[in-house]
Amino acid sequence: MSTLDIRIDHDVIASWVAEGARVLDLGCGDGELLRYLKDKRGVSGYGVEIDVERVIAGMKNGINVLQIDLEEGLYDFEDQSFDLVIISNALQTLHRTEKLLCEMLRVGREAVVSFPNFAYWKHRVAIMDGHMPVSDRLPFQWYDTPNVRFFTVADFEALCEKLGISVRERLVLDDAGKPVTEEHNFLGSFALYRLG
Amino acid sequence: MAIDFPPSSGSVGVVAPQSARFDTPLTLKSGAVLPGFELMYETYGALNDARSNAVLVCPALSGHHHAAGVHADAPDNSGWWDNLIGPGKPLDTSKFFVVSINNLGGCHGSTGPVSANPDTGRPWGADFPVVTVEDWMAAQALLADRLGVESWAAIIGGSLGGMQAMAWAIHLPARVRHAIVIASAPKLTAQNIAFNEVARQAIITDPDFHGGHFYEHDTLPRRGLRLARMLGHITYQSDDLMAEKFGRRLREGGRKFSFEVEFEVESYLRYQGDKFAASFDANTYLLATRALDYFDPAGDAGGDLAAAFAPATADFLLVSFSTDWRFAPARSREIVDALMRNRRNVSYAEIESSAGHDSFLLDDPHYHAVLRAYFDNITV
Repeated sequence: MSTLDIRIDHDVIASWVAEGARVLDLGCGDGELLRYLKDKRGVSGYGVEIDVERVIAGMKNGINVLQIDLEEGLYDFEDQSFDLVIISNALQTLHRTEKLLCEMLRVGREAVVSFPNFAYWKHRVAIMDGHMPVSDRLPFQWYDTPNVRFFTVADFEALCEKLGISVRERLVLDDAGKPVTEEHNFLGSFALYRLG
Repeated sequence: MAIDFPPSSGSVGVVAPQSARFDTPLTLKSGAVLPGFELMYETYGALNDARSNAVLVCPALSGHHHAAGVHADAPDNSGWWDNLIGPGKPLDTSKFFVVSINNLGGCHGSTGPVSANPDTGRPWGADFPVVTVEDWMAAQALLADRLGVESWAAIIGGSLGGMQAMAWAIHLPARVRHAIVIASAPKLTAQNIAFNEVARQAIITDPDFHGGHFYEHDTLPRRGLRLARMLGHITYQSDDLMAEKFGRRLREGGRKFSFEVEFEVESYLRYQGDKFAASFDANTYLLATRALDYFDPAGDAGGDLAAAFAPATADFLLVSFSTDWRFAPARSREIVDALMRNRRNVSYAEIESSAGHDSFLLDDPHYHAVLRAYFDNITV
């Protein structure tokens, strides 16, 4: 994510989380988001990360980090033990999408999911030109991308419907980080959802 | 992601063991009473004015107080955790005052089976009372009082040492701010107790054991201790590591069709066994393995590990190693789980390592970076 996206992502999530909430951040990376929510909203909780160097970075950031493989599911975590379970810009890097979404709402009362929209018009243009899209939101070549699931705003909403997950709030952003008000699946390159 | 791995720097240099004598009787978990006792320990770094920078290092099964630096009379014999403790090292002695201890029942100067039983004037031998992890903690707490340490900034230990850190967090929560539990478990499995039992049987059935009173016969159960250590060594390593280190290599090229030392791995085990048998006390080995067997905070709390940790107030760091099958990562996850249920601050790292249980003594860069990051964030 670009610095701008990170800032927007963090600010939006901060506005969706209650003061002092108990938060689980899946794929927490270097722990910047959890650190931010801790400082800004006084949250407590844990980050989950698979990569040891990011675990170390998270610990340096002063957050609780648990080195756990999310593909295993969230069996360590009790039902409804968190106010909010976040997966910020990481759902597309995991295989067991359905299971994880269900698990997030088993463990948390609410969930926040943010992800890049593969159906953004510039991405569609790239495909029309015969190439996999590479952009600020999808900054990888096809051969080195950590992404394993390629989905769109429309796909995600269809899956939520199938799983009976209700969308509380949605924010879709364009390349400049401005909210998109129409044709979300075409004009938006990054989406944030508040579920539960 | 770029992580700096600063070179492990300085040694604490020449250190001298110290001893503390306690003349107040100590009632052990078994009900037995030790009329008084002595503890050997070493310290590295300086206690600050606020007395807020003390870190207790708890030894594992065969560990002792000499964890860092060297003794003047043995300049080549570095402490057992010298790669971790020192100025600029992950447990940085320019920030922390580190205390390393030889536990009760030990054989490196603390009161134990080798010491004289005040009732008889002869070595305690097998009559030394069975001590538990909680008894060790109680004795350590008296040493902390003596050193003026009201509350440890951190208590760290691997394996059996990690159990001591957990015991402090559960039973003396006000006296520990961070518990660092490495390659440990909330209790031993049946398989793990079974390994201990084989080791004990090797010692006890050695004719030179003399029911634990071998000192009086001017001998020691060398064969038993050696077997116990050989077995231990197999379980502390991984299959992969042994394959890598020894494979099926023969010492002298060809088979001799004998039962002499032919394979490299046999030679290694015999060497380790002999070395240990010459330096460690058989009764201490029995006591320490029993302490491992008995440790079970959940069992003491109706079977519920989360309930056992309910009194804890410390922050925790748990570390496990991928190929450690004697204290497997899943066992550390049980502890993490119980701590999360209590909403404790806890971090957990599962380090990729081929070295099995012994990994906790090595200086894998990720492992040490985890410890460094954690220690750096401890405010003193």
